[in-house]
Amino acid sequence: MSQHVLQFKEETFRDDFVYSNSAWAIERFPFPFDKDSYMYAVNLEPHTTGRAGSVYEKSFDVDEHYVAEMRERALTLLEDPLRCQSLPHMTLAGWDLLELIMGHKARDYPELFELHRNGTQWHWINKPLGIEQHFTFGDEATLPYGPMEYITRQSQGDWCVLDQRDGNLWMDAGMVTTQADWSLDFDIGMNFFEWHAPVPLAHELGIFQRALKFLLAIPQGNPARRLNWTMTVNPRHDTSPENYPKWGPDRTTVTADNVAEKMYLRVELQSFWRLPRSNALVFPIRCYLIQLEDLVSQPKWAKRFHRVLRDLPKELAEYKGFERNRALMVQWLSQFDDGSPTTPGVGPA
Amino acid sequence: MSAEHLKIPVRVSEVAAVNALVTRFSFSAIGGGELPTFSGGSHVIVEFDTCMNPYSLMSSPFDTRSYSISVRRDDAGRGGSLYLHKNLKVGDEGLISHPLNLFPLNLRAHKHLFLAGGIGITPFIAQMAQLSQAGQRATPPFELHFCAQSAGLAAYADALKSQYAGRVTTYFDDQKQKLELAQLLQGQPLGTHVYVCGPAGMIDWVRKTAASLGWPDKVVHFEHFSAPQPGTAFEVHLARSGRSIRVSERQSFLEALEAAGLNPPYLCRGGACGQCEAQVLACDGTLDHRDHWLSDEEHASGQKIMPCVSRIRGSSITIDR
Repeated sequence: MSQHVLQFKEETFRDDFVYSNSAWAIERFPFPFDKDSYMYAVNLEPHTTGRAGSVYEKSFDVDEHYVAEMRERALTLLEDPLRCQSLPHMTLAGWDLLELIMGHKARDYPELFELHRNGTQWHWINKPLGIEQHFTFGDEATLPYGPMEYITRQSQGDWCVLDQRDGNLWMDAGMVTTQADWSLDFDIGMNFFEWHAPVPLAHELGIFQRALKFLLAIPQGNPARRLNWTMTVNPRHDTSPENYPKWGPDRTTVTADNVAEKMYLRVELQSFWRLPRSNALVFPIRCYLIQLEDLVSQPKWAKRFHRVLRDLPKELAEYKGFERNRALMVQWLSQFDDGSPTTPGVGPA
Repeated sequence: MSAEHLKIPVRVSEVAAVNALVTRFSFSAIGGGELPTFSGGSHVIVEFDTCMNPYSLMSSPFDTRSYSISVRRDDAGRGGSLYLHKNLKVGDEGLISHPLNLFPLNLRAHKHLFLAGGIGITPFIAQMAQLSQAGQRATPPFELHFCAQSAGLAAYADALKSQYAGRVTTYFDDQKQKLELAQLLQGQPLGTHVYVCGPAGMIDWVRKTAASLGWPDKVVHFEHFSAPQPGTAFEVHLARSGRSIRVSERQSFLEALEAAGLNPPYLCRGGACGQCEAQVLACDGTLDHRDHWLSDEEHASGQKIMPCVSRIRGSSITIDR
């Protein structure tokens, strides 16, 4: 297979919403449904890498939206610096994260990133963003931001850095600008059960107890992953509670005529990594958006997604924030569903 | 999950007698290069013969060209430590696991108070190195109180005293020196976390004393070093496959399952991580729990066992595998 050459796109995630997925991006979209219905499960699996072309090929996927997403992040931080926070005991974890991301990016994308280490004297080159930085590993004064903020301004997706203590995980640091209606500023310092408290049904299923036990035991060198999903109106990254007045009303703009163009399936590739010095757990939440119009280019996805949305429990649709427009989406998707069986697995075939 | 693919091929780069009972072994990656970064308090599982035992890393987390462990010869044990003492030479090749930390520093502590008994000193050596050179804004103070039978058996005491002058106090049984624990704990500032690693009796003493003085459980951290100990032989019936296997006197229950071709998940092999937990369906005898994972209620229920360290006293056990 010939190597796909990344072409970074000029895009916006607000105001005029200039955003699209290439045929390459559509084909590799992480469609999250392996059957025709959806319910919460402890859907964790090892984060094994290597499947060529997939979003799982590298540890931290870089795609055609990289440069535009990093510009969007900078804009969001300019308006609201509290989207990035790190409690004082989390600085060591920030250095761990910087090492993890720089190491993987330089190994996985040598044509885009370079890391040269000489003891604690490090030299980092990020070609797509035009960054070149000499710094001393462990010395915050040698970077323009704290280590976590520095590296997550150059890495797609949101990043939660969780302290592990007292048999629990604590949301004690993070970079969160691409969130599905939750707030780092509100959740900072909360433990695993506290920040998941609003999720319906899953507590009763014992999901969080089992998930926490698994996450606490994640060893170094053996990351895990899961997918989560919701719907977003317009290709907007910053669907935060802080900015609800800016995006909440978008939901009233969806009609039968524009539903396929306005509605985006938003999939989060979440992975979980043990950090070596701090023993913290880092939890990247990488967001992929696909327009319904593009999703139905894969007939199996169209059929299956119609059934998932149609049969989803009301509590989940309300929690995910799309109950209001669910009927419009189901109606539009129904034209692609002839009722015939779908094949197992998530792939388009 | 299985830790199988996490093993790192290493070569012995140093064998050094520390005292009459303790020998230090260092390992470097075969083919060169750095070993994985780790945090103070981590252990690795060392696999050079048929025994796979956990040992705390004592080298500095900031120097990963090699890892060091210190092994106390256990003449009554299953032979893992004896094997390392008698046979391991510089240049020998074996496997170690990736580091796993079940005894981490609480990085919110305002002060770290370390209490070591005997060979329980090893995780603290790595933790003190980490605290002395950490990428944190302000490193909290720490002090070490080190109890040993005699000055001769207090591994690394002199080196630690000179490296961390004023922060290390030793107590030697043969000189009738005693750690006045209640007094020590009562003098600590708010926000102090206490860590104890040593014999089971010492851990109990520290936990009970701290509790009686009103210290919350969450600021008292402890690590048992519980390499599997030998016992009597017994039969294991595997309910799902209908097979039966035998655990010999010097084999652990987990090792017997592995020898029979089963691949139970594990991480620590020391009764602490919970990965190998097995459901007990029947037991002709009594469960001999030696883990620190299951609660007292779970131990009493007779329904769960941790095969990495626990066994039975009796003839047979049936598990849901």
